Amino acid sequence: MKSFTYERARSPAEAAATAARTEGARFIAGGTNLLDLMKLEIETPAHLIDVNGLSLDKIESTPEGGLRIGALVRNTDLAADPRVRRDYGVLSRALVAGASGQLRNKATTAGNLLQRTRCPYFYDTNQPCNKRRPGSGCAAIGGFSRQHAVVGASEACIATHPSDMAVAMRVLDATVETVRPDGPARTIPIADFHHLPGNTPDVETALSPGELITAVTLPKPVGGAHIYRKVRDRASYAFALVSVAAIVQRDGTGRVALGGVAHKPWRIESAETQLPRGARAVTAQLLSGAKPTRENAFKLPLVERTLGAVLAEAKG
Amino acid sequence: MKFETAATTNPIDQLKVIGKPLSRIDGPLKTTGMAPYAYERHDVVSNPAYGYVVGSAIAKGRIASIDLGKAKAAPGVLAIITAENAGKLGKGDRNTAKLLGGPEIEHYHQAIALVVADSFEQARAGAELVHVDYVKAEGAFDLEAVKDTGKPRAPFGGPADTAVGDFDRAFAAAPVRLDATYTTPDQAHAMMEPHASIAAWNGDKLTLWTSNQMIAWGVGDVAKTLDIPKENVRLVSSFVGGGFGGKLFLRSDALLAALGARVVGRPVKVALQRPLMFNNTTHRPATIQRIRIGASRDGKITAIGHEEWSGNLPDGRAEGAVSQTRLLYAGANRMTATRLAALDLAEGNAMRAPGEASGMMALEIAIDEMAEKLGLDPIEFRILNDTQIDPERPTRPFSQRQLTECFRTGAERFGWSKRDPRPGRVRDGRWMIGIGTAAAFRNNLVVKSAARVRLDRSGIVTVETDMTDIGTGSYTIIAQTAAEMMGVPLEKVVVRLGDSTFPVSSGSGGQFGGNSSTAGVYAACVKLREAVAQKLGFNSAEAEFADGEVRAGNRRVPLAEAAADAGLTAEDGVEFGDLDKKYQQSTFGAHFVEVGVDAATAEIRVRRMLAVCAAGRILNPKTARSQVIGAMTMGVGAALMEELVVDKRKGFFVNHDLAAYEVPVHADIPRQEMFFLDETDPMSSPMKAKGVAELGICGVASAVANAVYNATGVRVRDYPITLDKLLEQMPDVG
Ligand SMILES: Cc1cc2nc3c(=O)[nH]c(=O)nc-3n(C[C@H](O)[C@H](O)[C@H](O)COP(=O)(O)OP(=O)(O)OC[C@H]3O[C@@H](n4cnc5c(N)ncnc54)[C@H](O)[C@@H]3O)c2cc1C
Ligand code: SF4
Repeated sequence: MKSFTYERARSPAEAAATAARTEGARFIAGGTNLLDLMKLEIETPAHLIDVNGLSLDKIESTPEGGLRIGALVRNTDLAADPRVRRDYGVLSRALVAGASGQLRNKATTAGNLLQRTRCPYFYDTNQPCNKRRPGSGCAAIGGFSRQHAVVGASEACIATHPSDMAVAMRVLDATVETVRPDGPARTIPIADFHHLPGNTPDVETALSPGELITAVTLPKPVGGAHIYRKVRDRASYAFALVSVAAIVQRDGTGRVALGGVAHKPWRIESAETQLPRGARAVTAQLLSGAKPTRENAFKLPLVERTLGAVLAEAKG
Repeated sequence: MKFETAATTNPIDQLKVIGKPLSRIDGPLKTTGMAPYAYERHDVVSNPAYGYVVGSAIAKGRIASIDLGKAKAAPGVLAIITAENAGKLGKGDRNTAKLLGGPEIEHYHQAIALVVADSFEQARAGAELVHVDYVKAEGAFDLEAVKDTGKPRAPFGGPADTAVGDFDRAFAAAPVRLDATYTTPDQAHAMMEPHASIAAWNGDKLTLWTSNQMIAWGVGDVAKTLDIPKENVRLVSSFVGGGFGGKLFLRSDALLAALGARVVGRPVKVALQRPLMFNNTTHRPATIQRIRIGASRDGKITAIGHEEWSGNLPDGRAEGAVSQTRLLYAGANRMTATRLAALDLAEGNAMRAPGEASGMMALEIAIDEMAEKLGLDPIEFRILNDTQIDPERPTRPFSQRQLTECFRTGAERFGWSKRDPRPGRVRDGRWMIGIGTAAAFRNNLVVKSAARVRLDRSGIVTVETDMTDIGTGSYTIIAQTAAEMMGVPLEKVVVRLGDSTFPVSSGSGGQFGGNSSTAGVYAACVKLREAVAQKLGFNSAEAEFADGEVRAGNRRVPLAEAAADAGLTAEDGVEFGDLDKKYQQSTFGAHFVEVGVDAATAEIRVRRMLAVCAAGRILNPKTARSQVIGAMTMGVGAALMEELVVDKRKGFFVNHDLAAYEVPVHADIPRQEMFFLDETDPMSSPMKAKGVAELGICGVASAVANAVYNATGVRVRDYPITLDKLLEQMPDVG
């Protein structure tokens, strides 16, 4: 770990301004991801801005009938909120499928969205990795790639985004609210928030330098059966091989997003028109153009089968 | 004391303390955080400096140059130890690769430097500034690719190859045959406590508080590596937070701490960083195993052959997966072969039931497959081929062998008769249900072991031996042994372990520690009883030791009186004759497992487990049960998730942390039941006990595999059994 300086931010605007002004500054929320990465010198911030005291830890109803979730709301609290459990069950289920009770007590909404990949080569600083050290190459291509992306990957990076929560946010059409260093706030649709790796896998989101997430807003509830199905090698405390977040209406229409298959939560709205025709038809569109490796080709049939089980469960 | 003939009745047979399910006596220390583990010996070491290990970034080659300039200048850094400045170092008898590498690099994450600083954080920051230039060399990293270059290598406890009768002919002639190849991956011990040590020098004398299973081996290899007399080395391992074979040997943490402390003139502590634990230390090596079985139509095995290929650093050991096939089932024509190829991965070495566990992972699937070919119930097939003699050397009977009884008892308790032998027939909602079984089988080893016992004037009996307690319960069973022998309650016994100033014990390994070390304590207590009797004027053959008194006829004297002011001390040990040559001493069991396989995703979850074991006298059913259910848990890991993934281009285990190397968590483990059959084995020791700790893991993985087959009809022969290996053959999702 590199030595660093530390301060507690007093307001969101000030936090953003300081971050933009200070060389090598990063926000720290729960610290469950950032600190681990700092210990391994995968992340080497020179300055930490602690955002825990910014009172961004409330869940409020919006005038539109939705929910505004503060950036600092802990994963545990969010999953347990009665409104979330009632109206956004897919989110609650995704949250409790992630990490462990202890981690969820610390982990925050913004931190969860911004958690970094679990690619094992990203974690080993002896290995080339374009995400960690741009231009150094990608050790995962041709290496151990069982967990890696099957769609939307590039020649530069085949990593996946490991979040469960983000997959549910995607299927719920959430928007991310931020403040920028120069003052104004903006909202970013979750669909545009995470980037595909392209040639710059180190650039993971739409956030500009210093930009601070203040909240994530969920639109008015859409009803339907809310299902989150996470498939993994052990029963708990493991990242998804694939996951399916689905909201399915009585008439068989609905929405689907996937985790564990791409550099971002994976959703293709046009594929959802196929829902009444079943899992195979939806998967064919969702994963069209998929380029799996030999080690992760199983994710293709696994997505289809898991989605099939989810749709069957939704029917009841 | 020499143990050369079968044990007769002795004070242990009273079973007043021995055989009771007592809670471990060190439990309160552990649950209150007061048990002093190696890295936290604040009680004996103040003001230590901290060491951080730098591991090699390449698997094979050499260091062209190493630049310490920036690191040395970093805040708090006191010294940096490398092969260049460490002086001449030897290599321990039990180490394959050097513990401090350079300029030659033998494997990935081989330690190449220790940065010593005032604080842990400074040492870590300094370590990141060490700049190394390497020259890479080609290495061999793919067992499959190099297996045919393998040479015969004798595994522990037997020759490389064995042959009885005419295997080839009998196999060719057999009407029912199986010829299948199985693979087991490299596995990590993944114990909770990493390798950790504090080293302190006093003049030319070194003390190491370390986490080690085998104190005397450690002393010898420290002395040899540093080229100092053994007398100048003291090792202390009062508590060990798990070892599983990974702490049998001197490792880099201890050596580097010693080197660091010598240079900075102050104690140095080193805990191996978790990401280094998988490539820096030892692991259970991968195997490729071919098994051929031929049988008559009525199910008698006529030919059985087992060949193994494993890989290791040059001069490393072979895994020895064929060893149990030499003994488990009858059959007139047999062959086994052990081949070892050179690989440039980290050193393969012992992990819980080395050889046995890997071999049973394959053999007990093969037996299940063979039973199916024969149309026989897998339990009946095993019982039909049971043997009471060593099938390779028929003059050697088993001292005790209750394999059949284990299966019969287990079948009854588990409800085996309700199993549908046709695969894929039982459903419970989304789950496809299957039941599987496998034999558990691990040999009983006996190792010379000594102890010292002291009686003081308050009637306290203190036992000292360099035996270790690696979480197994040694403290407790040793206390029980002394209490039983001296006729005192457990509270009157103090046990001190894991210090090289104490008499040399068996140590903890190979499931020999429980029986051997208590037998050593027994021997010392016999001597102390004689001294007490003599002191108090009793005939030692007649004296009874009970309730804190010595009694004979009408005379009773408090035991403490024998101690007087000076106390009374006796030291002795047990040395084993050739009973283990004349008799095959082994432990047996039967595992039963029920799994559910998700019909859509092929996720496998264990629903029920039972083990029935016959393993000699059970000294403490509570601690023994803990050993067995812990081993069953580890077996589930081996079956379903544990695999050190080799990057065959770069030559290292990629998933080198506990997020990526998955072991079972609570949610993976259902209710586990385990049951011991009544057994005493007078051939094993005066305790009549045998090992249980490794028995418990042998066969578990194949019972899981057989249950998965019963659930789905998919036979997976390559561990771990992950869902991707099942998916293609799973039924369509409806
Ligand atoms: C062992 C383990 C297992 C896990 N398993 C899972 C799992 O199964 N599923 C899953 O989804 N997750 C899992 N996680 C990840 C966990 O969900 C994340 O670590 C957590 O959500 C991160 O939140 P945090 O608040 O601690 O973030 P931090 O570590 O504090 O920050 C993460 C990143 O977000 C940035 N950041 C934080 N707040 C803001 C803000 N307001 N605005 C802008 N940037 C900000 C930080 O600068 C940093 O880059 C696991 C983690 C661990 C350690
Ligand atoms: S997949 Fe991405 S994160 Fe992994 S090594 Fe390649 S570039 Fe790095």
